[in-house]
Amino acid sequence: MTDPLVNLENLTVRFDERPVVDQVNLKIHRGDIITIIGPNGAGKTTLIKAVLGIQKVSEGQVSLKKNLVIGYVPQHLTLEATLPLSVKRFMLLSGQSLAECESALARTGVGHLLHASVHHLSGGEKQRLLLARALARKPDLLVLDEPAQGVDINGQASLYDLIRQLRDDLNCGVIMISHDLHLVMAATDKVICLNQHVCCSGYPEDISHDPAFIETFGRPVAESLAVYHHHHNHSHDLHGDVVEGRHTECDHAHH
Amino acid sequence: MPIIDAILDDFFWRALIGGLGVALVAGPLGCFVVWRRMAYFGDTLAHSALLGIALSFLISVPLNLGVIITCVVLAMALVLLSRTRTLATDTLLGILAHSALAIGLVTLSFMPDVRVDLTGLLFGDLLAMSREDLLWIYGGAALIIILLAVLWQGLLMSTIHEELARVEGVAVERLRLVLMLMFSLVIAVAMKIVGVLLITALLIIPAATARRLAHNPEIMAAMAVGFGFVAVSGGLSLSWHLDTPAGPSVVVTAFAVFLLVYGAAGKVRT
Repeated sequence: MTDPLVNLENLTVRFDERPVVDQVNLKIHRGDIITIIGPNGAGKTTLIKAVLGIQKVSEGQVSLKKNLVIGYVPQHLTLEATLPLSVKRFMLLSGQSLAECESALARTGVGHLLHASVHHLSGGEKQRLLLARALARKPDLLVLDEPAQGVDINGQASLYDLIRQLRDDLNCGVIMISHDLHLVMAATDKVICLNQHVCCSGYPEDISHDPAFIETFGRPVAESLAVYHHHHNHSHDLHGDVVEGRHTECDHAHH
Repeated sequence: MPIIDAILDDFFWRALIGGLGVALVAGPLGCFVVWRRMAYFGDTLAHSALLGIALSFLISVPLNLGVIITCVVLAMALVLLSRTRTLATDTLLGILAHSALAIGLVTLSFMPDVRVDLTGLLFGDLLAMSREDLLWIYGGAALIIILLAVLWQGLLMSTIHEELARVEGVAVERLRLVLMLMFSLVIAVAMKIVGVLLITALLIIPAATARRLAHNPEIMAAMAVGFGFVAVSGGLSLSWHLDTPAGPSVVVTAFAVFLLVYGAAGKVRT
């Protein structure tokens, strides 16, 4: 394996002496899709802000690969009503050429909105615009903060699907925060359950059986996820494609 | 050149030339005030200008310089205080705005030797524009335009989404500081024309008027400059012909244009 894109060593962030992120170790490699889950106030956003370099670290280290280009997809794009902005202008502010902006928009499925006003976009379209903007920078690492917020359930599934495809195309690493446990479980390589510290991490199939996970999210959630996974081992994802990869290797018994 | 001399000898022309210089930078800066919801912040800085005048008399430095320095210091104080978050920003601004104004007025009242035209300071004075003021205005305007041209992309990006801008390498904090300095500068030079109490109007109203017609940020800024020109030339003419106070006349003109534009076109465009 090559050097990791990001290496977090004993990362600790304290707000007023209270640790919000506590001694987290994490490596992100090219091709990884890592999802951070956890209850509110678990330090998820703080953790990715540290990765992004916009959060002061109290202890430990964040080492980024040299010349790492990060594509960041924030949770929301809330534009002041007083600021007129077209999709095109917003994309061009990334400093990329128009051709690259257009192809990035097309890649995320919003190419037809080039001349639209950002104010007129739906929640799902805005997320795809943000994703396109991150994409236009040709990132080595995609960082997404709850990318599917404000997107309807079908849109959510296809958005996670798109993220996975982009990972394949760009061969980039992906780290994201998500609350959409069911969808995340299907679209992720590795799940990190954060509750200040990393309470458990691993493949989606395994993590729902982890006692720490069950303790954090409660047995009903854990069980519903386990059932969901079992179900999907023999099924298709929400787009009708056969789910491949580790899901088929799942060897857990029935629940 | 004699012709320029003749023009600059006329107080009305001096006021008009100065006013147009102010409108030139008030347009784009006003857009940022509107986009970043800094109207109250602008008011606070403007009110502190009066304190700046009082202090300038006290320690005898040039008025324009005193005002700029006071505004800059207050702007810095605001940035620092707003980080502590023990008071909501609007409360903090309210306290500082009115305290600065009140301290300025009290200080001036302690200086009976200093003859200041308080109405002129508060509401602007057509007669007050000196040749030296013109130098300040156009010097300041040139500096602001250069800064805006160089920093425009970064300023715009950090206005749209601060964190996204930061991740993309925009020095957000530094730009915020530069923006504050530009506000301080424009307030200091605009004071003579529209007065301390009405400066924010000259920043906000043309920008808000332009919002009605513009599809992108740059057009909005350019249109705001245009509406500012209309407000200044219309207002100062009004002031000259009808002997009305300069600042209110400019603001009334700006407001009339605002109503006209919003009335003439239907729904707000986005």
